[in-house]
Amino acid sequence: MSDHHSATSHGDDHHGLGHQVPTGLLFGVLIALLFLTGITVWTAKEIDLGKLNILIAMLIASAKASLVALFFMHLRWDKPFNGIVLVASVLFVSLFIAFAMMDTHAYQPDIIDRQAPAMVDRQ
Amino acid sequence: MADAVQTSGASAGHEGPHGHHDPNLAHHFDTMEQQFECGKLGMWLFLATEVLLFGGLFCWYAIWRSNHPEVFVYGAQKLDWKLGGINTIVLLVSSFTMAWAVGCAQRGNRQGLLLGLGITFLGGIGFMGIKSVEYTEKFSHGYYWGGSYNPTHHEEGHAADHADGEHAETADAAHAEAGAADSHGDGHAADSAHGEESVADSAGELAPQEVRPPAALAGLSAERLTELGYEPSKVLLAAEAPGGLAASAPPTSETKLSAEEVRNVHLFFSIYFCMTGLHGIHVLIGMAVIGWLFVRALRGDFGPGYFEPVDLGGLYWHLVDLIWIYLFPLFYLI
Amino acid sequence: MSTLNAPAAPAYATAVDTRNYLKASYGPVSWLLTLDHKRIGVMYLVGISVMFLLGGIFALLVRTTLLFANNAEAVDPLITAELYNRFFTLHGAIMVFIVIIPGIPAALGNFVLPIMLGAKDVAFPRVNLLSFYMWMLGTALALASLFFGAVDTGWTFYTPYSTSENSPSGMILVVTGAFILGFSSVFTGLNFIVTIHQLRRPGQTWFRLPLFLWAIYSTAVIQILATPVLGITLLLLIVEKTMKMGFFNPAYGGDPVLFQHFFWFYSHPAVYIMILPAMGVMSEIISVFSRKHIFGYRFIAWSSVAIALFGFIVWGHHMFTSGQSALMNTIFSALTFSVAVPSAIKVFNWLATMYKGSIALQTPMLYALWFIWIFGIGGLTGLFLGTLATDIHLHDTYFVVAHFHYVMAGTIFVLFGAIHYWWPKMFGRMYDERQGAIASILLFIGFNLTFLPQFVMGSQGMPRRYYSYDEVYQVYHVLSSVGSYVMAAGLLVMGYCLFTSLKRGAKAPDNPWGSNSLEWHTTSPPPLENFNGTPVADDPYDYHNLEWDPQIQGFRSKKPMVTSG
Repeated sequence: MSDHHSATSHGDDHHGLGHQVPTGLLFGVLIALLFLTGITVWTAKEIDLGKLNILIAMLIASAKASLVALFFMHLRWDKPFNGIVLVASVLFVSLFIAFAMMDTHAYQPDIIDRQAPAMVDRQ
Repeated sequence: MADAVQTSGASAGHEGPHGHHDPNLAHHFDTMEQQFECGKLGMWLFLATEVLLFGGLFCWYAIWRSNHPEVFVYGAQKLDWKLGGINTIVLLVSSFTMAWAVGCAQRGNRQGLLLGLGITFLGGIGFMGIKSVEYTEKFSHGYYWGGSYNPTHHEEGHAADHADGEHAETADAAHAEAGAADSHGDGHAADSAHGEESVADSAGELAPQEVRPPAALAGLSAERLTELGYEPSKVLLAAEAPGGLAASAPPTSETKLSAEEVRNVHLFFSIYFCMTGLHGIHVLIGMAVIGWLFVRALRGDFGPGYFEPVDLGGLYWHLVDLIWIYLFPLFYLI
Repeated sequence: MSTLNAPAAPAYATAVDTRNYLKASYGPVSWLLTLDHKRIGVMYLVGISVMFLLGGIFALLVRTTLLFANNAEAVDPLITAELYNRFFTLHGAIMVFIVIIPGIPAALGNFVLPIMLGAKDVAFPRVNLLSFYMWMLGTALALASLFFGAVDTGWTFYTPYSTSENSPSGMILVVTGAFILGFSSVFTGLNFIVTIHQLRRPGQTWFRLPLFLWAIYSTAVIQILATPVLGITLLLLIVEKTMKMGFFNPAYGGDPVLFQHFFWFYSHPAVYIMILPAMGVMSEIISVFSRKHIFGYRFIAWSSVAIALFGFIVWGHHMFTSGQSALMNTIFSALTFSVAVPSAIKVFNWLATMYKGSIALQTPMLYALWFIWIFGIGGLTGLFLGTLATDIHLHDTYFVVAHFHYVMAGTIFVLFGAIHYWWPKMFGRMYDERQGAIASILLFIGFNLTFLPQFVMGSQGMPRRYYSYDEVYQVYHVLSSVGSYVMAAGLLVMGYCLFTSLKRGAKAPDNPWGSNSLEWHTTSPPPLENFNGTPVADDPYDYHNLEWDPQIQGFRSKKPMVTSG
């Protein structure tokens, strides 16, 4: 409540509520997004780095997502707490994925099919 | 649900004068700014729940991808990345027009607001149209989810023919990713017991795979085990096995991925239809919201003093875009 | 109550409706379509009480079945095995999803949260009403399943019980119901977070908030971050069952253990959704009835947040024997103990608050004291279950049943305490103190009689959810069942006490207990917009400003807390 004005009154062309994003900037972001989409397709189709391909695709996707969140969703000019909410949700998803994946990896040898016979042999 | 979040703040539908007695200001707020900030925070919290809702599916995807990459490499070849790419562009552009529409509302440019909302809505229609073309194409080949997965014989043979040819490199890549994708150990006996078309042979539904050692194996009768090439007395439960079972079964290097060998491809289509389906539902909800905003904009409800619903609807639409940004590479490209 | 009951300035009186919220309008429609957070809170309270009775009846049926050891061999059993499975499933599902999770936050939180803040309403009144109707719809669907193949999977809906060919057809209804209930809970939490962030009075800083609000805030964080995962889990369960997706079905290459990860990622934090609001109420009641400033305000406040966050990293302790890997078993077991720290901080602070306080043993305080005992036992037995080695022995025995009843049903004790505490504020009537005390003592005795024997038989190997059991356990089961009847008697006394108070109770003063948080500085019951004036926030646990006035049988403030205009 007390810091009501601090976050919203930064913009130069600020009239009334919220921050106005210049149309030119929005268009620039769109161009960047389309460009990055092209890059994703190109790296996935033309460059074979094995496992790294997933990483690259996800990094580019995250860059695009950040652009959308920062400019289209104007998080860049918003109260920081709104951004914290988004980041927290992503962090908790990561926590969930990380723990569940650690576990499934660890017990995977017990369930992968076609490996029981090896156990049979060992007896 | 989204509507409710947006409508909550303001009840009256007329653009009023600024200041204390703005009819758009709900009775329990002190200022328009307080109301605006409330709406925004509420929307962001709602978006966080959406992220976590999809997060569950991403989790499932991540786990299956990391444990069975071959399924996803094989499945991705069945999707048309060009259609997916066009859809990505459609959504990105509609996201831009939405952001622009919000700006127009802020500046009091009603024509621009209507145009922006209109194009965004058309983008939604285009996206869903392409999506339905894709779905129809998948269904026509029998690429359904889970138990309904039933690729036509022709398709299956076709895929198998190509597996060693044009897809060989991807297959190898998948194998490299997996480290130990699958081995052709003694389990091969199980395959031959099934015949070539183990996945495709059942008419209506996919037969649950009988061979799923060791957990499922332990439940089989002795005859069935013998038939499958196992010595029944030697089959152990996973729980009884000290330290896991994988250690003694190193993968063989000459593993190749062909249609028959990539097991559980139906799981790729399960997660594909679930994620894109849930996303599609969100697109439809977003389109409904935008349609409603369009009607209100026609009535002239919005202006520089009150454009909160447009802003919040925009946030929702951007989130739908944001999720697609991840779905596109995950399913179509890698 | 000079400032509050004194007639306000005429100009002001015309601007604000000073009638209390119960009398501001009449008729069922004025309730069903109300946007007033107080009325929505009362509607929740009524709905939750009805469902609590229903869940309690199922519990009594379960306990009655278990009076007899060899049910499976009985020629004419009182209740068939099939019915028994349905009863314990519905008991669990109703109590968890329909009663305890919305219990304190949605019913009482809705009522007092905006008033404690000095606000006129929650941030989104319409969403609030929507939450209530989602609660109604979810409840209706869950109950409808009774008539369409009642669910017998237990409240956890584990696969493959819930997705196999012969799983009950009511599954889809119950799961859809739970999905809707989940989003009802999400919207309540969302509303509360925004309200606490944005609608605080000027000058009401975060560290002047009553601790109940810190607890509700932490609860809401869990509701926002965990409940959607339950939502997607249940959706997956529905498509798994109806469309054979194969996500959790080994026959299609799926993984049933993964389902448990999905389920417990929500359902463990959900345990803290249940208990955190109870802990918040505790902090209020203990301080007020000890007539002493709460001890360690900041520690209690931050421990709520800590519990909320730690609650997210311990879910795997439900899966020690479910096929979870040894690696994660170890990690989750170690992490589980971290939750003990903030929980203990709270308990020690309550004890320190009572130390040298002037303790008044009125009904709310009795319930609070019972909770300290109950939660002490529930929390400490949790350590046995969090320990990997002992859990292997205790998993899925009555020890677990007793443990989670000591924790979760412990929150019901606080719910009762909270209802008694805020009853005068909600309805403007005082209940009979003696009847209230008798009810609470009966409930306490009955509760311990029911669940203490379960620790014993559980540690001796009695598995949970069994319909028939070995005769060596019968003595414990009989004790336990008798205890449940004592609790039922206690509930009847409590119901009588509260209902009769509505008609015959003395008119409640504005501040009967001498609390300094804002809801006690408005009239009982509060006016439509909560205050006839502008409340001024102060330290809610500073009691120097209050003095007992025998004429109104309540406390009055020496310095006015609500200024007109």
